[in-house]
Amino acid sequence: MDDAPGAALATSDAAGPRAISRNRTTADRVYRGVAAAGGMVTFVVLFLIGLFLVIRSVAALQVAGLKFFTTASWPPALTEHSQFGIAAIVYYTVEIALIALAIAVPVSIATALFIAEYAPRQIRKPLTSLVDLLAAVPSLIYGLWGFFYLQPKMVGISEWLNMHLGFIPIFQVTERLFTSSPFIAGVVVSLMVVPISTSVMREVFSQTPQGEKEAALALGGTRWGMVRKVVLPFGVGGMIGGSMLGLGRALGETIAVAIIISPLLTISPHILQSGGNSVAAWIALRFSESTGGLPLSALMAAGLTLFLLTLGVNVIASFIVSRSRSGSGIEI
Amino acid sequence: MSVDLDDPGLQAPPDSPNGHVELAPMRPGALRWNDVAIFLGAAVSSLSLVWLVYERLAPTSGALGFLICWVLTFLLVYWIVVREVDGPLVATDKLVAVGIGIVAVGLLVPLVSILVYIIYQGLHALTVGFFLRDMTGISPQQPASAGGAAHAIVGSLEQVGLALVISVPIGITAAVYMNEVRGRMTRAVRTFVNAMSGVPSIVAGLFIYAIWLLQFHHSFSGFAAALALSILMLPTVARTAEEVLRLVPDGLREASLALGSPEWRTTWSVVLPTARSGLVTAVILGMARAVGETAPLIMTSFGTQTMNWNPFSGAQQSLPLFVWQQYQLGGGAVGTPGFLRAFTGAFALIMVVLILFVIARLFGRSKFSSR
Repeated sequence: MDDAPGAALATSDAAGPRAISRNRTTADRVYRGVAAAGGMVTFVVLFLIGLFLVIRSVAALQVAGLKFFTTASWPPALTEHSQFGIAAIVYYTVEIALIALAIAVPVSIATALFIAEYAPRQIRKPLTSLVDLLAAVPSLIYGLWGFFYLQPKMVGISEWLNMHLGFIPIFQVTERLFTSSPFIAGVVVSLMVVPISTSVMREVFSQTPQGEKEAALALGGTRWGMVRKVVLPFGVGGMIGGSMLGLGRALGETIAVAIIISPLLTISPHILQSGGNSVAAWIALRFSESTGGLPLSALMAAGLTLFLLTLGVNVIASFIVSRSRSGSGIEI
Repeated sequence: MSVDLDDPGLQAPPDSPNGHVELAPMRPGALRWNDVAIFLGAAVSSLSLVWLVYERLAPTSGALGFLICWVLTFLLVYWIVVREVDGPLVATDKLVAVGIGIVAVGLLVPLVSILVYIIYQGLHALTVGFFLRDMTGISPQQPASAGGAAHAIVGSLEQVGLALVISVPIGITAAVYMNEVRGRMTRAVRTFVNAMSGVPSIVAGLFIYAIWLLQFHHSFSGFAAALALSILMLPTVARTAEEVLRLVPDGLREASLALGSPEWRTTWSVVLPTARSGLVTAVILGMARAVGETAPLIMTSFGTQTMNWNPFSGAQQSLPLFVWQQYQLGGGAVGTPGFLRAFTGAFALIMVVLILFVIARLFGRSKFSSR
């Protein structure tokens, strides 16, 4: 094909085809540099958050030492000689987050399955929007609604649980005061966790290979059989990752918990009884009276603990999702 | 599944010539009247049973408990009936389908309950003055009709506006890096964006307090609040924008590059304009997240009772902070002026969030950003 018109044209004005340059122009190098800088801002901010929280919490950690993590008390006026620590606060933070997860994980799995597998096609998008709307409602609104509207209704359920399941240690109470309990805070926080977990799980479930689902149905499986043997095993990474993302959100929840819980600094296993705490809520409630020096530094140390806790949970969550078979194509 | 079940080849013959009893052909996905009747029958019978036991025989009361008992009884009755009619395999299948549906649709209950409760309580004390006056010289005991939240509304607008100016360019640049440039650090940046979206809002507030107020010796200001809010908005904007950029067809990029445009020109003149409506959605979703944040404002803008137009100097009020402080003044009691003011503010806040959300959905509906 030596006499093709294109070849003739190309050879007529030059010795061969134009050399293709792979070097980027200056403008493109600037563009890539700017974009990379934009991406690295996230890293810089995260690094600075960690750095400045460490700098500001050094004073408190020097006074309290490692006992900061094992002491439950936190006296109103902190001095060089007082015993203070976040043991009780972290304990209740984790307790409320676990109560929230115990409710939110089954609900999220069911909702995600419904949207991905069961719902008629026309209502999938509206349902997704409604779940997203639950995520958009501010935490403050959840707190007000939970405290003034939900709490009076939940007290009856708390009493019932205590009366009939009281033989389980966590449902026991030492005094019959059922308001402002970790249980009620956990229920409200679970509503904030559901949209986050659901959106991850829905993404993962909808990635299930169509061929495997059809194969299960063609072998005579029912829809539940197909879901149980194909969709759920495929999405297990997404379910774990989505739950852990929800855990991260639940641990950091501030205002809703601050409104509902009444602060308590002794560790008690009775989830139905009034009194609990959370790191974030404690910081919010104590900030205005913790001016200067040691009290502020102690709050910064609490904030640092919370930051590291949520960072760890979130990094593990995205690691699990991206390493699982289902989540390899999904960003959470 | 594209098997046509109406295909005559798949149907059983209408009359079997050799006298065998033929099962009626059944489409697995079809809705039979029988199923509807069983569903409604189980619902009504369980309702009656639970009403009798719960309201009349047992010493129980309360709507929430009633609802829970009804749903559980319904599932049990439904399972038993379907088991009698169609066998255990079908019964389990349908029980799960109905149970999952109830949970998913049940999510509407708290959502509707929140909206209705906040709007109902908020409309009580809503006056025009709420949008026109500030709280200068108003004591907490004065009725809720005195004073207003004009200073909080102005503060919220300025703080969220400033946060947008800071976080949107950075967020979209980060999204461009993750999806268009795809450099060596793409994976790392994505991990950092994910990690950043998990930063608790109170930690963002503490950080800005530590760096902006303690380290650089600035005072409380709306700008400090905007800095904290932009930390919270940045990952939302970056992630949503990246998803939107991923929906831009590769053909457009290749066409632009083939015509000889450099990469920056392709991104600036082809990719970003194509994704414009989706990017607007990303920005609005970020705004919706920022406008309701309370915790970081406690330690950055602090709040005040008087109008402060200047976000760069002095404490400034904002809507969520106004609600939080009024709630605390009300002491958690129903009907106090603080309670009424808090709920009026909450009403304004949820209206802003709802409007932003609807705008985001309307923009998100255009052709490139819908899946």
